[in-house]
Amino acid sequence: MPDWSPLKDEDRIFQNLYGYHPWNLEAAKKRGAWKDTKSLVELGREKICEIVKASGLRGRGGAGFPTGLKWSFMPPANPEKPSYLVVNADESEPGTCKDREIMRNDPHTFIEGCLLASVGMGSHACYIYIRGEYRLEYRVMEQAIAEAYEAGLVGKNACGSGYDFDIYMHHGAGAYICGEETALLESLEGKKGQPRLKPPFPAMAGLYGCPTTVNNVESIAVTGEILRRGAEWFLGFGRENNAGTKLFCVSGHVEKPCNVEEAMSIPLKELLERHCGGVRGGWDNLKAVIPGGSSVPLLPKDICDDVLMDFDALKEVKSGLGTAAVIVMDQSTDVIKAIARLSYFYKHESCGQCTPCREGTGWMWRVMERLVRGEAEIEEIDTLLEVTKQVEGHTICALGDAAAWPIQGLVRHFRDEIEDRIKNRTRVAMPGAAAAE
Amino acid sequence: MTAENFEFTGKHRAEAERAIAKYPQGRQQSAVLALLFEAQEQNHANGHYVTEAAMRKISDMLDMPYIRVMEVASFFTQINLEPVGEFHIQLCGTTPCMLRGAEDIRAAIESKLGIHAGQTTQDRKFTLTEVECLGACCNAPMVQINDDYFEDLTPAIMTDLIDRLAKGDAVTPGPQNGRMCSEPEGGPQTLQSGPAPQVKN
Repeated sequence: MPDWSPLKDEDRIFQNLYGYHPWNLEAAKKRGAWKDTKSLVELGREKICEIVKASGLRGRGGAGFPTGLKWSFMPPANPEKPSYLVVNADESEPGTCKDREIMRNDPHTFIEGCLLASVGMGSHACYIYIRGEYRLEYRVMEQAIAEAYEAGLVGKNACGSGYDFDIYMHHGAGAYICGEETALLESLEGKKGQPRLKPPFPAMAGLYGCPTTVNNVESIAVTGEILRRGAEWFLGFGRENNAGTKLFCVSGHVEKPCNVEEAMSIPLKELLERHCGGVRGGWDNLKAVIPGGSSVPLLPKDICDDVLMDFDALKEVKSGLGTAAVIVMDQSTDVIKAIARLSYFYKHESCGQCTPCREGTGWMWRVMERLVRGEAEIEEIDTLLEVTKQVEGHTICALGDAAAWPIQGLVRHFRDEIEDRIKNRTRVAMPGAAAAE
Repeated sequence: MTAENFEFTGKHRAEAERAIAKYPQGRQQSAVLALLFEAQEQNHANGHYVTEAAMRKISDMLDMPYIRVMEVASFFTQINLEPVGEFHIQLCGTTPCMLRGAEDIRAAIESKLGIHAGQTTQDRKFTLTEVECLGACCNAPMVQINDDYFEDLTPAIMTDLIDRLAKGDAVTPGPQNGRMCSEPEGGPQTLQSGPAPQVKN
């Protein structure tokens, strides 16, 4: 693989990913956090934006939008109207559990990133919206923020740079939809979490109607090291347009599920075999992989054999890198049931605002449940596919799309299995019908 | 606390005030979820739920209509509008946990406690709820019990946990198979440099 070589330990940004060391300020400083932060703040808004753009960093929350470019959409400072950095720590995409490790084990790397990103977009206040279930992570972050205030690293004259910066934790209470950036802002304002129509985009009118950028935890937490080591360093990992190191969350049927930071564009097979002990029962026992969190279509084994883990490679095979949450399914998996469970998830998490999603997710789930049991007609597969197309693209936010894609992926790659189950059940139920075939 | 009256007290009052102070003047409504959590926490002995009186108090404190508080409270799964048991077992049932045996964990809990998902035991000790992805997929299957995550479960470990909780014995949250966090079982191949591993602070 000319584009990929294993990431060395010294190039790993999250040095305490596994919590083998204390998270506190003293220990974090020894690992390199908060080193020369003052001079990084003094680079100023334009320069920070420029470096992050040049590093090729693309958003780690799922959409993969260039982070530096996003920051540059923020308007010039206006004394009448503050602007905000809001960090999306709502981590709820099934399969995804990386931001949790950053917050409980490397909180200072993250807090430093919040300061530097805020300078990069001209904001002086940051809210971190963490999912309500992460109680431990919330407490660690609150304590780490208190340590940073105490040490003068944040607050008035942060790091002695003359830049004022406040940072606050805010928790949700168990709603997947609050990971959608405008639903998150609604919830942060104290309302129920229903997405807003765009435009206006948050950079123009976000939190409290003020200019706001919403970024994923990982996108923000890597900022400090990018600025310290330079754009070229980060650009050195992964293929063109897919730069950087990346946290991968591997779950499901591997011998050793784990989070791991690797270079972008690592071959999927290499990722599973190098870090996760391989697929349970060996590579040939693989059935399918969901490569980027529950919202992206699954891939059958033959594609998994040589696909690379990056934005462009996974897009080419009609899936996506998403949050880089790799859900592995071996041959023992009832893949129809695995996807049906996701359909239930989307039905449960639909906020109910848009009719195609509110009605469609329930409808799709009910049909999926029948497909699991084979209690359907063959023609209904196409009807189901048609309904996914009617939901996709017809809702305010992407939850409708996210509910549609896993089903589309299933039908694309495992249609035979769905049809077989229907046929087998028909044969069992009506022996005469089988004979008539 | 009576049904007609609710006041934040002690550490819950301090925490509520601290939450409100996080937001700009006139934006105190932002603290509604934090206050609902605190109200629920304060009411733990009585079923860990928010009462109408608590929601009315929160509406006064945050200067927002009662119906808006109710709207938020009913939108989020973590806000209980009815009492739950002393130990609220929230079982993650979404696909990554399902692939690793969440259904067996649920069966173990159901047979141990004699209740189904959505129910509370007669002695009001345990409630079982099947919830959606709790974001600990590398440590599947897992449950959240009150504030804590219990991960890398087997049916036997789950049953043992319930026994311990019922007896009032100490339980240790986190992975139940010797892992620290979400490193590969048996120790990572990466992050070998630096100081020797220490116990977490």
